[in-house]
Amino acid sequence: MLAMLALIYWQTVIYTTRQTDETIDAEITGLAEQYRERGLAGLVAVINERSNPERGSSMLYLLTDQRQNPLAGNLSRWPDLEVQRDGWLRFRLDPAGGKRSDGPHIAQATSFVLAGGVQLLVGRDLAESTAFRNRIVQALAWSGGLMLVLGLVGGIVFSRRALARIEAINRTSDRIMAGEFGRRVPLKGVGDEFDRLAQNLNAMLDQIERLMAGMRQVTDNIAHDLRSPLGRLRSRIEVALIEPPAPDGSQAERYREVLQQTIGEADQLLATFTALLDIAEAEAATPRAAMAPLDLAAFAHDLSDLYEPVAEEKGLRLATRIPAGPIEIRGDRHMLSRAIANLLENAVKYTPAGGGIRVGLETDGDQASLTVSDDGPGIPAEERERVFDRFYRLEASRTTEGNGLGLSLARAVVELHGGTITLADNAPGLVARVSLPLAPGALPPPQ
Amino acid sequence: MKLLVVEDDREAAAFLIKGLKESGHTVDHAADGRDGLVLATTERFDAIVLDRMLPGMDGLAIVAALRASDNATPVLILSALDQVDDRVRGLKAGGDDYLTKPYAFSELMARLESLLRRGSGGKTETKLKVGELEIDLLARTVRRGTAEIELLPREFRLLEYLARNAGHVVTRTMLLEQVWDYHFDPQTNVIDVHISRLRQKIDKGFAKPMLHTVRGAGYCLKAA
Repeated sequence: MLAMLALIYWQTVIYTTRQTDETIDAEITGLAEQYRERGLAGLVAVINERSNPERGSSMLYLLTDQRQNPLAGNLSRWPDLEVQRDGWLRFRLDPAGGKRSDGPHIAQATSFVLAGGVQLLVGRDLAESTAFRNRIVQALAWSGGLMLVLGLVGGIVFSRRALARIEAINRTSDRIMAGEFGRRVPLKGVGDEFDRLAQNLNAMLDQIERLMAGMRQVTDNIAHDLRSPLGRLRSRIEVALIEPPAPDGSQAERYREVLQQTIGEADQLLATFTALLDIAEAEAATPRAAMAPLDLAAFAHDLSDLYEPVAEEKGLRLATRIPAGPIEIRGDRHMLSRAIANLLENAVKYTPAGGGIRVGLETDGDQASLTVSDDGPGIPAEERERVFDRFYRLEASRTTEGNGLGLSLARAVVELHGGTITLADNAPGLVARVSLPLAPGALPPPQ
Repeated sequence: MKLLVVEDDREAAAFLIKGLKESGHTVDHAADGRDGLVLATTERFDAIVLDRMLPGMDGLAIVAALRASDNATPVLILSALDQVDDRVRGLKAGGDDYLTKPYAFSELMARLESLLRRGSGGKTETKLKVGELEIDLLARTVRRGTAEIELLPREFRLLEYLARNAGHVVTRTMLLEQVWDYHFDPQTNVIDVHISRLRQKIDKGFAKPMLHTVRGAGYCLKAA
């Protein structure tokens, strides 16, 4: 800013200086012409004309003879001239000869010697241009000063504002760390960097809250849903120990039976633990999974192939509608096979004999959609989200085998792959739709 | 067979050794990594059962050390870590099989015996013969006696695996892993149904069954 002001000042100086120089030069040119055409008499006349104070010009003229007696002009005598560096002459102008009474002015001039020893002085009172320059300087100084003040004030105001915003964020963070986990950083709503920062912080806090809720849920689940089977297991053993020995000597057989059942229960529990750990790992979204190119078409074929006899055994038709492929995604085959197998197993488990299951695969833009649909009893609309909760079982299926973790794991795995899983009415039945992003650069097969 | 068990948990080791001895093997035991490595390098074993979490040395480091000294003794790794990543790492380090704890003893036995069999030469055959069952791996045809049996591709793969392990128990997990390359625990009896399908094709109508169910363990293809 200041540099600009300096520039303006400098330009102004140059301009006024040049103007003076040019004006004087122009005058001289004009006078020279008059002298050529009309001789000395003509020159005298022109000078007298131009020296007329009524004209109000700041030009100075003096024509003298060789003894410096004035012949024409508006200067009373030949002044004391100083030769300046730029080739021009400068002299002090008496106020009496000048127009103002505010002290001596400086004048800029040049002189000539004409034929016959006649001397001519042509100059300009610099007072006006000096005054002009001063006014510019004043204006510049004022604006400079104003800018400085405004800058300072603005700077203070802005930094106070910024500090206040940061302070707000700090205060909120302190409260959150002290335990108020529901708090969020306030947004001003103006969409500036501070708002963006606040938004990001809030998003992080949401994520933390989700993870904490997930962890709480797991411990709750473990407490409740794992205690029951363990309790059962324990009771079974306890009862067998309390029972009086059978008189017919078949006690060993009885014990054997109980032990066998116990192993079965223990295996179930272990499966549940494994499933819980898998879900936790998938949800933590820091997977140690091996994401590699995976052909979803082949994948869907293989899995359907594995479950086809199971379906048939139960009296169900398993149909597939899978295009030729390859339909490439980036995924972990092991985790995905677990997830989709859960969907297939559910379909087989809950569809009554005579029904049908279908595995479908299609692409839509940059997404691949894998569906497992059946024409069984389906899931009522209001439960379609809750079934993804750990250990959640529909009332109707409480007695069917299973630990209620299948869909939880399916969702955790699918989301880990950047996809979504939704349930909908297959009218009748259920359709589970898994959407996964296609691998970048993958071309869907021609439909 | 001469086996080495490297396991620091005393009770687990006791169970394991008892079971292995009862199956007719001679068993040596090391309770920590360093001892295990010393034994493994100074004596000849037919197979090693190695716990991954050992005091003094990481089980995987032991396997890597063995392999680095050109010791190709088959190693079965036991671990409580069951993530796919861990399995991959175990196999990459040079392990031949990876079993997660807790395991069914029958599972361990079946896999161990599979490892022991593997040790004896890796010839690539084009035909597998089990009793009167003949499997042509190139033509992808199967015949039992004089009868030609039509199998679906997946049934063929299943039979091939059973035939390669003929006379020995293969567990459901082994089948799911080796024939289908899946590593999850199915809630439904998928494998059982596939076996039953296969059974329908190769045993039905014949005098003696070849595909047997071994209760509590798995299945076994045996010459009639």
